[in-house]
Amino acid sequence: MNTFVQLLLTGLMVGGIYGLVAIGFVLIYKGTRIFNFAQGELLMLGAFFCWAMLVQAHMPLWASVLLTFAFAIAIGFAIERTALRPMLGQPILSVIMMTLALSVFLSGLVTLIWGGAWKVYPSLIPMGGINFMGFTLSQQHLFGFVIALLTFAAFTLFFRRSRYGLAMRATAEDQQVARSSGVRVTLVFGLIWAIATLVSAVGGILLGTINGVNFTLGQIGLKAIPAALIGGLESIGGAIVGGLIIGVLESLAAGYIDPLVGGGVREIFPYVVLVIALLFRPYGIFGLKRIERV
Amino acid sequence: MRPCGTFDVKYEQDLRIARTPAQRAWAIIGLIFLLCFPLFAGGHWLSVLSIIAITIICVQGLNFLTGYCGQISLGQAAFMAVGAYTSGILTTKLGLPFLVALPSAGIMAGLIGLLFGLPALKVKGFYLAMSTLAAQFIILWGIKHLSITGGTTGMTVVPASIGAFTFESARSYYYVILTVMIIMLYFAKNLVRTKAGRAWIAIRDNDLAAEIMGVNLYHYKLLAFFICAFYAGIAGSLWAHYLTVIHAGHFGLMDSVWYLGMIIVGGMGSVTGMIFGVAFIKLLDESVASLGPALATTFPGISETIFASLSLMFFGLVIILFLILEPRGLYHRWEMFKTWYRLHPFSY
Repeated sequence: MNTFVQLLLTGLMVGGIYGLVAIGFVLIYKGTRIFNFAQGELLMLGAFFCWAMLVQAHMPLWASVLLTFAFAIAIGFAIERTALRPMLGQPILSVIMMTLALSVFLSGLVTLIWGGAWKVYPSLIPMGGINFMGFTLSQQHLFGFVIALLTFAAFTLFFRRSRYGLAMRATAEDQQVARSSGVRVTLVFGLIWAIATLVSAVGGILLGTINGVNFTLGQIGLKAIPAALIGGLESIGGAIVGGLIIGVLESLAAGYIDPLVGGGVREIFPYVVLVIALLFRPYGIFGLKRIERV
Repeated sequence: MRPCGTFDVKYEQDLRIARTPAQRAWAIIGLIFLLCFPLFAGGHWLSVLSIIAITIICVQGLNFLTGYCGQISLGQAAFMAVGAYTSGILTTKLGLPFLVALPSAGIMAGLIGLLFGLPALKVKGFYLAMSTLAAQFIILWGIKHLSITGGTTGMTVVPASIGAFTFESARSYYYVILTVMIIMLYFAKNLVRTKAGRAWIAIRDNDLAAEIMGVNLYHYKLLAFFICAFYAGIAGSLWAHYLTVIHAGHFGLMDSVWYLGMIIVGGMGSVTGMIFGVAFIKLLDESVASLGPALATTFPGISETIFASLSLMFFGLVIILFLILEPRGLYHRWEMFKTWYRLHPFSY
């Protein structure tokens, strides 16, 4: 029982970060109907940039985080304008291929600038675990979990209360209707990409402080895909829930199945869950089932 | 667009793949060139051509699923791995002949492909791409963790043999690859104009309309998945006996992405276009690889990692530019050129 609760808590904490990365997928899918395979690479870019500001440029923490955010927003706008705008109205395969090519390009760019070695952040969050009712929680993961929840809350407020949030929801609902009521759809697309890049930069900085940065960090983006799908691709709350579910299942699988098969289940368990979810509830827990009319 | 004055007056003429005497002549010249190639080419170009031929088989499989049926697969490299390991285990560990192992590899890969195509019952588009992405990870994980596949260290495979003859030299094995490729391409050319091929194109263009017209979506999507993975399995088997050492690193996610990229560059939904795409990307790859050492000697400051990342960026950029500037691929350009050539000096 103790092991179970411990595994559950660890899973929840890790799942928070998956949820944060999954929010990036959901934002872009909700607004533009594009599934962005380059999300992991955007996360990696943010993490590397923040590391460069902190360590190579010797900036204080607040300045480097703010600069990273500004950089992420600029990159988001730039990608939308140069790569995705020409894809409007193209078949779905072209769009998927475009984000895949972007991810290849970005990972090449990152290794070109920063090389292949591991970069270690100066410790921003105290290491070690804290005791919580007899169970250990990693302080870093707890921090990540809280940031993920805060981001979720901020986005919920943004979408409910702000003008641009409303414009984005309108665009997600129907681009033509939004257009005819005066929403600049191109600007909204740019904003969505900027925000999604920003969110991945937050995730990147968090993961960077926990594990360090390396070009393999982009892989985490692929692991957040099952989280986004299980939650439902249209729901931001779903992304968080999906992230937590994946985190917990992964942790439980690593705890209970690993000893039986000799380790490594953690790497693929999210995908096994993904295939099962696709078979039985393909549109996720909170996703919308699209009813198609000809 | 056919040359002026070419009419079909008999059903047999309508069925021909090569329709004009010029096309037949080019086909025979091309075949003779491919057959004589090992006589005057060095070992390096022979290996390039062998790998291109294997890749053509694999990408043609993907072309059925993506180019004709409109479903996206990110797991083609993993299906190829299934074929490679099946063939390796059957010949090396169980001692079965190559001629048994080759089709078995295709069928095994096809069955695994069917398994991951099952969600096609409920989903399409992005969601289906996810299922194949999961296939990519799960299959490779299985290969790395099973004992029969040799785990992460890989597996040694015996060279292919038919009867008492063993294809040990690259030159003799080249003919095996060539024969299989020609059979597979002939089959492909014919398959896409059967009932199944027409059903796939209908599904690609509008799946709801196709369903209303009586096309059984689930049946034909699964068939596309099976054939797609079958081709990958055959390619994998040829690959295993070509390299004689296989490991999971040959079949990564990036390889799957490149197979998709080749279809995009060549032009979707055409056998000829697919061949253009594979040849273009592979030859580009080859020239970048041969340029590498030359660049390294000219600029000694550039390290290996910088060069690797530059080539990664270069390939990403090639695909991005193709998507933006030439979304219908090289084949479309080629068709436009042929039309212009046939009509010259008139505009239509």
